[in-house]
Amino acid sequence: MNAWRVARLVAMKDLRIEWRSRVVINQVLPFAALVMVMFAFALDSDNVLTRVAPGLVWLATVFSLLVIVQRSFAVETADGALDALQVAGVRPGGIFLGKAMALAAQLALLEIVLLAAAVVLYKTELRSSGVVLLVTTFLAATTGLAFVGTLYGGLAAGAKGRETLLPLLMLPVVAPVLIGATRATEAAFGTEKATPSDGWPWIGLLTLFAVVFGAGGTLAFGSLIDE
Amino acid sequence: MEPVVHPVVALVDVVAVLGSFPALAGASLTVERGEIVLLRGPNGAGKTSLLRLCAGLLPVERGSAHVLGCDIVADRASVRNRVGLLGHSNGLYADLTVDDNVRFWGATVGASDAEVAGALQRMGLAGRLASVPVGRLSAGQRRRTALACLVARRAELWLLDEPHAGLDAAGRDELDATLRGAASAGATVIVASHELERAGSLASRVVEVVGGQVRDLPRRDLNVGETPS
Repeated sequence: MNAWRVARLVAMKDLRIEWRSRVVINQVLPFAALVMVMFAFALDSDNVLTRVAPGLVWLATVFSLLVIVQRSFAVETADGALDALQVAGVRPGGIFLGKAMALAAQLALLEIVLLAAAVVLYKTELRSSGVVLLVTTFLAATTGLAFVGTLYGGLAAGAKGRETLLPLLMLPVVAPVLIGATRATEAAFGTEKATPSDGWPWIGLLTLFAVVFGAGGTLAFGSLIDE
Repeated sequence: MEPVVHPVVALVDVVAVLGSFPALAGASLTVERGEIVLLRGPNGAGKTSLLRLCAGLLPVERGSAHVLGCDIVADRASVRNRVGLLGHSNGLYADLTVDDNVRFWGATVGASDAEVAGALQRMGLAGRLASVPVGRLSAGQRRRTALACLVARRAELWLLDEPHAGLDAAGRDELDATLRGAASAGATVIVASHELERAGSLASRVVEVVGGQVRDLPRRDLNVGETPS
């Protein structure tokens, strides 16, 4: 079975698990919304909130990513399914791509909710001139985050203390995405008089990040999960 | 001219290590197609390592090792999609139903709907049980689901580590019937077990693993050297 068919199979399986368990919908989405509300309480100023809204959206996304990645690999290790996938000779590159695809789909849903929360809670205004940049930013950043999350989730899956190890490993690595996505989103929102043209160079960084971690993860995932 | 028939498992003086500990120290074993082989021996003797080596999960440090005609010294991954390993865990997804699980594992080898349905039927999981999430099943029902996944995956070599654990009497009978059925259909089965009476009656051959080495036992010696676990 080729890697793309494996990827589709694994992605459908992961999304079916989410559909049946509703963990992202019932737990992660409320968690992310709660983080946005807590930011609003902590900063308590419309001007400040509007200015920092893009950063808060991406910070809440990264926090939620940690929870989703933990969950994504917990279902694989709880009853030895990751081992069983290896024994079954399923292509590791396909497993990596499939898990990243499912993760990206869940992140995309989460980001829509966070964006809506930013509009409602922080009075952020979406401008029509920034829509293309905003959509491109979300696509590139989500892809990069999904690849990094899957790679480091696989790395931490077999380790002792993986719950605490994952944030330690992953947060420094996603810093470029956090910075790039925040700057590009600021440009799309027009924060501090930024224009959409200010945001496109950051898309380059986000795309490069996604390509590097996508290719690296597809090649290295087998060695990471193998004994 | 008769085609050459290779043994399903052919290990010669195999050495395998776990960390720095030699899990197998010069183990030799030959298993022919259709055999049901019982691996017995005390805890830590190397039974699980032998099964994992045959599944292509444990690297061979020294010696010669062929499983289903694949040289697992040169490429241990090559044999993986033809063997089924059922260890202490079942490899199932608790949130998915029995049907979802068997369908997923069957799909990894391109099994058809009919093959998946056949696997469920054979393990007594068709009907109402098929739509129950695995997380709500008893230990025995989970074990049966894991075996149905092996059936759906059309494994040619079944490697089972304590397969009777957690099963009730009816479940054990069903498991034994499934293993006999698999062997008579051409699959080869290697079972590591401490339940010698049950597994011994099932096996066509008994092999003892002690200190990382393997030796054939006459069936009358089934209880010699048994170590309580």
